Amino acid sequence: MGKRAWYLLLILPFVGTLIPQIYNRAEPALFGLPFFYWYQLAWVLVTSVLLGLIVVTTREPGDE
Amino acid sequence: MNSGAIVLVTLVLGVTAMGFLASRWGAGNLSNLDEWALGGRRFGTVVSWFLLGGDLYTAYTFIAVPALVYGVGALGFFAVPYATIAYPVAFVILTRFWSVANTRGYVTAADFVRDRFGSRSLEVAVAITGVLAAMPYIALQLDGMRAVFVQLGGIFTTGGGLLALAIPFVLLAAYTYTSGLRAPAMIAFVKDALIYITVIAAIVVIPAKLGGWGHVFALSANALAAKPKPGGILLAPSQYFAYATMAFGSSLSLFIYPHSITSILAAKSRGVIRRNAALLPVYSLLLGFLALLGYCGLAAGIKTANSSSVVPLLIARFFPDWFAGVAWAAIVIGALVPAAIMAIGSANLFASNVFNQFSTQRASGEARTAKLLTLVFCAAALILVLFVPVKYAIYFQLLGGAWMLQVFPAFVFGLYTAWFDRRALLAGWACAMVASTLMAVSTGFNPNITIHLAGATITGFIALYALAINLIVTTLATLAVGGTRAVHQS
Repeated sequence: MGKRAWYLLLILPFVGTLIPQIYNRAEPALFGLPFFYWYQLAWVLVTSVLLGLIVVTTREPGDE
Repeated sequence: MNSGAIVLVTLVLGVTAMGFLASRWGAGNLSNLDEWALGGRRFGTVVSWFLLGGDLYTAYTFIAVPALVYGVGALGFFAVPYATIAYPVAFVILTRFWSVANTRGYVTAADFVRDRFGSRSLEVAVAITGVLAAMPYIALQLDGMRAVFVQLGGIFTTGGGLLALAIPFVLLAAYTYTSGLRAPAMIAFVKDALIYITVIAAIVVIPAKLGGWGHVFALSANALAAKPKPGGILLAPSQYFAYATMAFGSSLSLFIYPHSITSILAAKSRGVIRRNAALLPVYSLLLGFLALLGYCGLAAGIKTANSSSVVPLLIARFFPDWFAGVAWAAIVIGALVPAAIMAIGSANLFASNVFNQFSTQRASGEARTAKLLTLVFCAAALILVLFVPVKYAIYFQLLGGAWMLQVFPAFVFGLYTAWFDRRALLAGWACAMVASTLMAVSTGFNPNITIHLAGATITGFIALYALAINLIVTTLATLAVGGTRAVHQS
């Protein structure tokens, strides 16, 4: 059952991306990209890493 | 013909040969539906990554997302959170669906709904919804191709572009008929490679030539503010709810589309789906950068009434002819791959769930029916794009997206619980179909509608409002009939 707790990490991308109030601003900019843009692009990578982590931690027989 | 046109024609002919040769890929009896429509359910992580990437990130997406950003600014960037949270959704729901489908031999989402709820009407409802959503989507892939041909001009626009559109599409129909899902799966390698090369080159070269991202955003902010309907590089607070509901609602329906289901079921194991949910977001990153090209269009001072031509105009302006040819091929082949899979997915729904009804002993002749139907869907899409103004195809696609989401309760809840009654699900679906259509028509086919509730004004995504109606009706009706259990308990 303990393994299942890893799935809770999947809530994070929803919280991170679905509340524009958090990130709807221009500063700090990165390489000229306003915060609004690079913040959301960063979430693409973070989500990918979180999913990768869960793939490894919740592996079951038959997943190969 | 210029060198770009030669590169384009050569690459398209090359993938056509691949499409026909794909029938020999991995021995399989192509008169069997599993083999023809799902490539024998044998695709590993790498093949599935290219196939799903080639399938979900279509040419239309690559034209329409930057076009939207060019037109309205920040609101158009909703495609990025959408293409991010779609993967946690997929990770949870699709691994479960894949497992059930693999055990019971499903080829479509409607197969599952039929098997789970034992309802013929619900099976047909799910099947028809999928086909209605896929049809305009195929047509818009053709429109993505047309944007390239308009840019090339000359022979590519003779007869309103009829020949240029019809030739690759007829070839597509022919090799899809012959090779089934193996054809787009093989071509997807070329498509994705070309897309990566094009987008990486574009995001390195174009902003640099325009003086860097900082400059691009400064110019875009001015250009957007000066529009008749001003936009901005940040959201207005009144757009927050629309932005979030568009991203959320779209992410829930992405994987219910017939072309998504088809590619998912072609995977050889549950692990392939899990790993791909983690690896596919790379494409979303690509999509995000591509969206920013919309701002490059504004900063470069591109003026066009038809926003679909923003990306082609940028490519033509900033790249030498031969490299523009690579980009044209990326868009054209990027249209062919998803179009083939959408046609296969729709054909499966008709062959398995409308003309027949699902049974675990699959009906005979299904593969032959599906193959012929693929030709019918390709022909219908071609007619739609050639003879119906593209405006209506876009309206139809928008509506199709809202409709697609209304299958969510039967499909997703069916995977987890047997509580919902099948008649209640059908009632919820029907109410939501009518409601989403009325809302879309009343807004002049806008994705969002403004509602006034208790003194507050909220603008949100129509598809999600309709889903709320769907859930309320389904729940109340289930309670009213006393919760008849689904027939197939798993």
